[in-house]
Amino acid sequence: MNASGGRPCGGLWPDAWHRLMSNRGSVLALCAVGCIVFLAIGGPFLNPNRVDALDWSHVAMSPGLNGGHWFGTDRLGRDLFVRTLQGTGVSLLIGLFATAVTLLIGIGYGAVAGFIGGRTDHLMMRGVEILSGLPLIFFVILVSVIFGRSVFLLFVSIGAVGWLTMARIVRGQTLSIRQREFIEAAIATGAGTRRIIARHIVPNVIGPVIVYATLTVPQIILLESFLSFLGLGVQEPRVSLGTLIADGVGDMESAPWLLIMPGGFLALLLLCFNIVGDGLRDALDAQRR
Amino acid sequence: MIRYLLKRIAGAVPTLFIIITLTFFLVRAAPGGPFDQEQSLPPEIVANLQAAYGLDQPAWIQYRRYLTALLHGDFGPSYKYKDFTVTGLIAQGLPLSLTLGGVAMALALALGIPAGVFAALHHDSAAGYATMSLAVVGIAVPSFVVLPFLGLIFGIDLHWLPVAGWEPGSVKHLVLPVITLTLPPLAYIARLTRGGMLEVMQSHFVRTAFAKGLPTRTVIWRHALRPALLPVAGYLAPAVATIMTGSLVVESIAGLPGVGRYLVQGALNRDYTLVMGMVIVYSALLISAGLLVDLLYAWLDPRVRLAH
Repeated sequence: MNASGGRPCGGLWPDAWHRLMSNRGSVLALCAVGCIVFLAIGGPFLNPNRVDALDWSHVAMSPGLNGGHWFGTDRLGRDLFVRTLQGTGVSLLIGLFATAVTLLIGIGYGAVAGFIGGRTDHLMMRGVEILSGLPLIFFVILVSVIFGRSVFLLFVSIGAVGWLTMARIVRGQTLSIRQREFIEAAIATGAGTRRIIARHIVPNVIGPVIVYATLTVPQIILLESFLSFLGLGVQEPRVSLGTLIADGVGDMESAPWLLIMPGGFLALLLLCFNIVGDGLRDALDAQRR
Repeated sequence: MIRYLLKRIAGAVPTLFIIITLTFFLVRAAPGGPFDQEQSLPPEIVANLQAAYGLDQPAWIQYRRYLTALLHGDFGPSYKYKDFTVTGLIAQGLPLSLTLGGVAMALALALGIPAGVFAALHHDSAAGYATMSLAVVGIAVPSFVVLPFLGLIFGIDLHWLPVAGWEPGSVKHLVLPVITLTLPPLAYIARLTRGGMLEVMQSHFVRTAFAKGLPTRTVIWRHALRPALLPVAGYLAPAVATIMTGSLVVESIAGLPGVGRYLVQGALNRDYTLVMGMVIVYSALLISAGLLVDLLYAWLDPRVRLAH
């Protein structure tokens, strides 16, 4: 893994990488995220059981080595290990895609507002302010109730809610970058607004954006599993951690592992993402120290 | 002050109006209607029902009617809970939900601020580090995992508290739900307090206060705390939203008869008026929280002017 993302290194990125690596908690969390991603992709192949296979000889079995059901099985004899990993995969995918949506909208909107400035900026940020005053979570709930059953719409509605903070951060950064000499130089050489934003502004706001994106992924995973828990998100036969937890709550007394395994997985995943995000923020934000 | 308040309340009206309009047309854009059932009714009966509730009219007439009724304080009848008005349903459940949320909020503030101050003062020691690690856990782990886990431990294993259910006036049924609702805002508040405190402790007026020879306790609680709480004040409105969404889950898991279930159920049942009522009540609560925050800002930091 390369902290600079393949871009030419200034002093900032190697420094930040070094600071991140010296933070033991972050390193541990980063490794854990890596393991979870690896398991989510490769895990189902490690286990002999298939996702929707019903094993009638092992129904509602507690975790163990018997029959390869490492996390046990549910009432229908479906293997919880494989289901949990698949749910994790779905949650991760939604988290990444929806974060990409928030990045696209947020960076574009924030950079344009910050660079053009003046009345346009005022109007655009006013819009963000009004939107963030609305109880958007209810709109996500309504949209997913109304147009649900579609993972694509889930991305869009979640992404549409998440971009507001991103836009604010990017705008703030853009405002300060706009004053720098290299932008002046770009203007002097006759570069157009669109080119300046795409080639000069956006690459330079990437630091705080990465930090916030790392913190957005767990927020979105949380939102998605919240919706799925309520029965509004991912639908059968697809599984997500939220739907597994909802099933687990129903069987809590007779089969607690159905709750503990996916619940623990979700908690661990969110925790690790948050720790990595915090660590990145501390590492990249030289002013805070 | 009063002029400012009136101005802000007047400013909230368009926001509410936008919310009402958006929700009104959004729920009606959904496929299906309130009278769809598993065994479908004969079309004549559905037509009669729709006529009785005015649902056979064009959307904009329904909209005008709804707004007129709303101005008279009438949220309309529920389409699904026969013989109940939306006002009645909400009035029945709201006290419990408000109690849950209010207690959770109060606890989060009462525990979070001292925890944050503690962590700031011991920021380079193991104790401070441990406090903040706990806070990350509180932020990261979602309520629909926390509550079942608590229920598993304290309800099923230890038999100390009921896992779910509700009896009027019973406190022990509320313990686990309140703890669950408290944790995320508590963790955030602790974190924000710590951040604010660390910053303020380096400012000139704190150094002056120490230089005057004031004891540490006085400097912290009398001088440093108030400005350090500014970020916390800013978080209060999102905290209200967090608690509201939390209560959707918590009430449904714990089986509490609050208003939380109405939003999701109402939307699933296409119970248009009930959804509208819930969105309006929640939005109004959120907007008032925002207003309260602005007043708090002015109190915490006299440099903030209420003028604009």
